[in-house]
Amino acid sequence: MATNTKNNKWMPFLVPVLAVLFSLVIAAIIILLIGENPISAYIEMLKGAIGSQLSWADNITKMTSLLLTGLAVGFGFRAGVFNIGAEGQMAVGGIMAVFVGINMGNVPAVIAIPLTMTAGIIGGALWASIAGFLKAKTGAHEVISTIMLNWVAYHLSNYLVAGPLAVGQGVPKSPEISESAQLPPLITVQASTVPSGIIVAIVAAIIVYIILQKTTIGYELKAVGYNPYAAEYGGISISKNIVLTMAISGGLAGLAGAVEVMGVYHRIFGAFTGDRGFDGITIALIGQNNPIGIIFSAFLISSLRAGSNSMQSIGIPDDIVTIIQGIIILFVAADRIIKTLIVKVQKKNKPSLEGGEDK
Amino acid sequence: MSWLEAIFTSLTSPLFYKLTILSALPLVFAAIGGVFTEKTGVVNIALEGIMKMGAFTSVAFTYITGNIWIGLLSGIISGIILAGLHAYVSIEWSANQIVSATAIIILAQGLVGFLMVPVFGQEGQSDFVSKIPNVKIDFIRDIPFIGEIFGNISLFFYIAVVVIIASWILIYKTPLGLRMRSVGENPKAADTLGVNVKGVRYFGVIMSGVLASLGGIYIALGDLGQFQEEMPAGKGFIALAAMILGNWNPIGAMWAALLFGASEAMNIQLQTLLELPSEAKALLNLLPFVLTLIVVGGFVGKTRPPAASGESYEKE
Repeated sequence: MATNTKNNKWMPFLVPVLAVLFSLVIAAIIILLIGENPISAYIEMLKGAIGSQLSWADNITKMTSLLLTGLAVGFGFRAGVFNIGAEGQMAVGGIMAVFVGINMGNVPAVIAIPLTMTAGIIGGALWASIAGFLKAKTGAHEVISTIMLNWVAYHLSNYLVAGPLAVGQGVPKSPEISESAQLPPLITVQASTVPSGIIVAIVAAIIVYIILQKTTIGYELKAVGYNPYAAEYGGISISKNIVLTMAISGGLAGLAGAVEVMGVYHRIFGAFTGDRGFDGITIALIGQNNPIGIIFSAFLISSLRAGSNSMQSIGIPDDIVTIIQGIIILFVAADRIIKTLIVKVQKKNKPSLEGGEDK
Repeated sequence: MSWLEAIFTSLTSPLFYKLTILSALPLVFAAIGGVFTEKTGVVNIALEGIMKMGAFTSVAFTYITGNIWIGLLSGIISGIILAGLHAYVSIEWSANQIVSATAIIILAQGLVGFLMVPVFGQEGQSDFVSKIPNVKIDFIRDIPFIGEIFGNISLFFYIAVVVIIASWILIYKTPLGLRMRSVGENPKAADTLGVNVKGVRYFGVIMSGVLASLGGIYIALGDLGQFQEEMPAGKGFIALAAMILGNWNPIGAMWAALLFGASEAMNIQLQTLLELPSEAKALLNLLPFVLTLIVVGGFVGKTRPPAASGESYEKE
């Protein structure tokens, strides 16, 4: 029995770790198939991710928005909502941050920064609430509605940078936000800087952890996610909680957009979210929807993303990272495959103990 | 030209109706694919990814072999493989079907992006390849108005007509269709009566792979003769909305697809007729998605999904 309880305790760690390992092996086979060497590819990836101060700077910058979109999706999952729309909510958050940020002028940074950030949070929260409201009122599945909202946000952002917000020549883009609304750099490495957004993101992770673990709201949200019927029987309003979940989830994604604008680009151009909303799904699933786990999985995915740029330099398309993510998600979805494997391995080692986890 | 004039002009031209039908074609295939899988109780929101993979594979094999029919067949096989993967983890391992389908979408996107350069030597889009031919029927062409719509139209139009009728008959008038519906409504009861629940579910999901890939193939090899990486640009999700609006019925899905097709056609027509600045075009482009949102928000609950849709089933 002792082995069995230990086994259950380690399952939440083992499943995502093995999912990541398996997907790296499968991706290695795919790299072999196009005639490249997977070992040197992965070495190049490691170098690009953590090989130098510059790559650390790049990695941490990427991690910032990924941690926030991962939290957004993970928070939704905990409350039983699949927010696949972090991409659009991040875009709207960025747009709102630009609208407020370009008007900050000489307002001191202590006011300008929180104001711009809040605008991003509200933008993402409202955008996601549309899907939450539809789900609560009519039962529209949030997957379809948030995907549609992604497309609307995408075209809206293209419209804004080509029309009302357009400045300069070349790539359609918005003006830069005021200097006082820009996040100060945390560390400067050669020409590149690590924006202080990473601190914002980690604080957000801790706050989400506290909301989920220590507050009544968190308890209610988790109850709805775990069993909506039982929760409603227990006097918890499902509709209210769905809208609230979407708003908080979208607010986190909106914050990702705001932090990206305030710390990295200082403006928006079309499609500036670059699939980070979708990366959030992988990050949440690897982190088992636990805010602390999500900090680690965000670092894993940002390392893959940062490393894939260097892999591209030796002729391996950076889309390999997307393939790896797809396989990871598939294994996490079908976590029974991995659990069954673990139980089988355990049985082999200790034939006298029957695993209770079997099929 | 004013807005109203432009709308009136397009509504009275045969081109608008032809564009409506052509824009509806990929949605018809994918939405009926969605009907097949959900009727058997497996949700497959990966239609978007399967369409992308089908579009890519069909053009890739046409590009390599120079034969459009090999391209068509390969595209369908790629759809079967992706749908088969979703079916395998959903049916055999009781995977969360929404998460698994998301994995399929991301996997398709990754594979296509990864293979662009090795296959076509460039990112973004492929070279042009030959298209699947149109069907020209002379006596139809001579009919005024109607002839301009149907006289010279893609082969996929006729495939779609066959698919719509055949799938309606299959689902509602054959023993297999009865089994599909019973498995989707109450798998336990169906199992007790000796229906092979797993087998029927595999059939439903695989059919969604075949049909969704056909939708993707139409966009690439049927309409344009080229693959572009952003294909099918959300059509897989709009098809899901068409499936819902069409009340999980092939004929209903067709009408819903035509509605979405009409909004797309109107968008194309207005962009051509009105001399619009690029930012206004961007605004028009978001109309089909807003329409989908309204439809999904307004009609869900008024139509009814199969009762066991999305639930895995295991023998006790």
